[in-house]
Amino acid sequence: MKIGIPKEMHRGEKRVATTPEAAAQIIQLGFTVSIESGAGLGANISDEAYQAVGVEIVNDIKLLWDQSDIMLKVRAPEWRPNPNRNELNLFREGQTIISFIWPAQNEELMQTLAAKNTTVLAMDSVPRMSRAQKMDALSSMANIAGYRAIVEAAQHFGRFFTGQITAAGKIPPAKVLVIGAGVAGLAAIGAAKGMGAIVRAFDTRPEVKEQIESMDAEFLMLDFKEEGSGVGGYAKTMSPEFIAAEMALFAEQAKEVDIIVTTALIPGKPAPKLITAEMVQSMKAGSVIVDLAAEQGGNCELTEKDKVVVAHSVTIIGYTNLPSRLANQSSQLYATNLRHLLTELCPNKDGILNVNMDDEVIRGATVIKEGKITWPPPPPKLSAAPAAKPAAVAETTAKAPVKPSVIKQLLPLIIAGLALFSIGSVAPESFMAHFTVFVLACFVGYQVIWNVSPSLHTPLMSVTNAISGIIVIGAIVQVSSPTVGLLAGLATLIASINIAGGFLVTRRMLDMFRK
Amino acid sequence: MSHSLTTMSYIIAAILFILSLSGLSNQETSRRGNYYGMAGMAIAIIATALSGTVTAYAILIVAVLIGGAIGAMLASKVAMTQMPELVAIMHSLVGMAAVLVGFANFMDSSSGLAGAEKTIHEIEIYIGILIGAITFSGSVIAFCKLSEKISGKPLLLPARHWFNLLLLVAVFVLGAQFLQQTEGGGGNLPMLFLDHSGALPLLIMTVIGLTFGVHMVMAIGGADMPVVVSMLNSYSGWAAAATGFMLSNDLLIVTGALVGSSGAILSYIMCRAMNRNFISVIAGGFGTASGGAAAVIEGEVQPIDADETAQLLLAAKNIMIIPGYGMAVAQAQHTVYEITKFLREKGKKVRFGIHPVAGRMPGHMNVLLAEAKVPYDIVFEMEEINEDFANVDVSIVIGANDIVNPSALDDPNSPIAGMPVLECWHGKTTIVLKRSMASGYAGVGNPLFVLENTRMLFGDANATMQAVLKALKG
Repeated sequence: MKIGIPKEMHRGEKRVATTPEAAAQIIQLGFTVSIESGAGLGANISDEAYQAVGVEIVNDIKLLWDQSDIMLKVRAPEWRPNPNRNELNLFREGQTIISFIWPAQNEELMQTLAAKNTTVLAMDSVPRMSRAQKMDALSSMANIAGYRAIVEAAQHFGRFFTGQITAAGKIPPAKVLVIGAGVAGLAAIGAAKGMGAIVRAFDTRPEVKEQIESMDAEFLMLDFKEEGSGVGGYAKTMSPEFIAAEMALFAEQAKEVDIIVTTALIPGKPAPKLITAEMVQSMKAGSVIVDLAAEQGGNCELTEKDKVVVAHSVTIIGYTNLPSRLANQSSQLYATNLRHLLTELCPNKDGILNVNMDDEVIRGATVIKEGKITWPPPPPKLSAAPAAKPAAVAETTAKAPVKPSVIKQLLPLIIAGLALFSIGSVAPESFMAHFTVFVLACFVGYQVIWNVSPSLHTPLMSVTNAISGIIVIGAIVQVSSPTVGLLAGLATLIASINIAGGFLVTRRMLDMFRK
Repeated sequence: MSHSLTTMSYIIAAILFILSLSGLSNQETSRRGNYYGMAGMAIAIIATALSGTVTAYAILIVAVLIGGAIGAMLASKVAMTQMPELVAIMHSLVGMAAVLVGFANFMDSSSGLAGAEKTIHEIEIYIGILIGAITFSGSVIAFCKLSEKISGKPLLLPARHWFNLLLLVAVFVLGAQFLQQTEGGGGNLPMLFLDHSGALPLLIMTVIGLTFGVHMVMAIGGADMPVVVSMLNSYSGWAAAATGFMLSNDLLIVTGALVGSSGAILSYIMCRAMNRNFISVIAGGFGTASGGAAAVIEGEVQPIDADETAQLLLAAKNIMIIPGYGMAVAQAQHTVYEITKFLREKGKKVRFGIHPVAGRMPGHMNVLLAEAKVPYDIVFEMEEINEDFANVDVSIVIGANDIVNPSALDDPNSPIAGMPVLECWHGKTTIVLKRSMASGYAGVGNPLFVLENTRMLFGDANATMQAVLKALKG
């Protein structure tokens, strides 16, 4: 089947849906690949680079669209200046398109595509499961956006990120607050940390605390019991009380930090307003806010989509095309995600697309199948949050049977006590003297051994082994007896093996231990 | 040498033995501890030899020299991987010596005791021989199991608890008969079946003791071997203590009790490390008590090759190595240390995490690593490092299975449920070296192998480690 890749026409969009490396592997799957001339230029990839791996360069966009069975794109189909018409009109019956679609926001687009009897796979609808991670374009784009957010912040921030003490004075490190520790948030934490800033992060989902701390950032705890994890590892809307507590925390932090990166998004809803105008006002002059939710209305009240604005001496960055500002990198990752999806769609490597709706990943990504809208898919049930309730149950059942064992613990003591008394009542005095020595020695042994370091257990055993060769004394005192001398001699011999062997092998072992 | 002087020597010897054991509590004093033990033993033997009861020096010297020579030879020849076998066979020697001394004492009629003292003396002989016999045969079986002369799988007779009980009852009955018969006078072995000297019950009891020892160790699974070895260690001590009672010798009693209680504590520590009840280990059979079926492990393992392993190691900063019995079998400890040395020179933090029951005897892994010259300050116990796995980039599990099994923590139906394990899966990546996908000694599947951040490196541990080392250097 033929795959076509048009140039992205959206303003400021520099990404391209495939790279030469990915194209070479797609060709290996049995597809033929054509690309619109100049499609890769925004991402610094020349036509020649594509040609070198066997990709056909097509100048006429209409021809490209007509000859291809599958179109790969980054952005959803839209109006293009050359030729002056909507890409939707270029589609022919039964074509397949794979790109970002955002079916929830673009109902009209969905209807049009369905009317054309197309099959549509939306990269934004790939389910969040471990198996689908290699196709998760949202994550790879978010990763880039998070990184780029810090780069943009650094661009507009008038100071160093890292603290320094120089001859010309002390430079305090920048303080960065990251709100929302999803993929983008974590990438921002990593980038800011890498530049030397002090990083704090907040998220409504408690299970990300570990991830934040693993990035060496501080997790801002909200003293409030509410689980923020929704289905599929995304956040959900919180209760008004929680939001109030959260806002108080942000207001307090805003006075302290220099840079705020907000990444809070709830699937299918406008972005929550977390940073109010008053908070912006309370920030230090020269501070920077990077709002990664600008596309969905922004987390900051003063954010303007696609613009950098300065309000109350605070720079607020509302770019929505951050991945595109790192076009080569994001094209590479996106192309690889696409290539993985194609591999899944073409299990026989014969160049034939097989949209298998029984496969959970493909089912999730497919939003229109042969003209029928199949979105939304049945909800995935995997979440990174641990199932809280069963664990609690297990804990209580584990604790329950502990109590009645008090009697059990006392029983051996009572029995031992009775046994000692009964021995004492019949045994002669000479025996009791030995018995005293015996019991005391047991306790000495007990005390001494508890302190032995576990790494020395083997030497300990071999030395006690040698010491238990002390039985040789029993043999020696009998060795001179005429009747049993031989028997005692044999016992002496055996015990001597033990003594010599035990001590010497212990010495050998101990000599090996060294710092 | 006067009687008082002998006693004084014995006191000194006993103190030296206590110092010896306490010296072993840490690395710095351990060598001194060993020398204390040697000195104590030398004093004890010389004092006894000069005490006046001994006249047959020829036999004595010959026996000590031959025995000493054999022991020294064994000690210098044995490979460190064979330490468990050596320790086990040594225990059997103590058991056998105790049996021999007991019989010698029984046949030696010169004690001149009477009344209650005599009865107690006879009981002491009886118990001494019994413990000696159990220690002897149990240790021999343990030796055979450890050296794989017989299968490590637990042998579970249908009514084994009843069988044990029967043996116990027989021991009591025979003991009563033995006491009754010895009322008449001292034992006389040559007239075994003719008179009623008590020799017959004593011999039968010895056979029962031997049977009991065999049966007990046969029923214990390979993974419980550390407990068995330390338990036999304890028995050999009790055998010595019983002999001490029999001969009215305080030094034997003290030393026997020291060894006995130390072995018992070691067994207890081992059991605690496996979260197993001591009684259930001794009663044998793994997982017979737990209800419900253990969860079946599903998923695909992700193999890796030596080159990729080397890449991962080079990219990591914080590396943890978790050795198990497989490392001992493959003799991979030297190669492992070569790799460790290489990585440490590259400025990486390499540590070893040792599970208390890794290997086949307590502290087995530490000895192997020490043999390979791994410095002991980078070798850590499970409690010391388990919290730290979140910071570990790569964990390498070498020939271990049950001690890194997550189902011990989260599957209440698993046969090893509740056993503390090294939680390597909290690290970024875990590489598991394994010969094949067979389950561990406990016969338990391991969900670690199919975790997303686990990679399997199949093959003989030493050969694969060599390949990794080559890839690292090349």
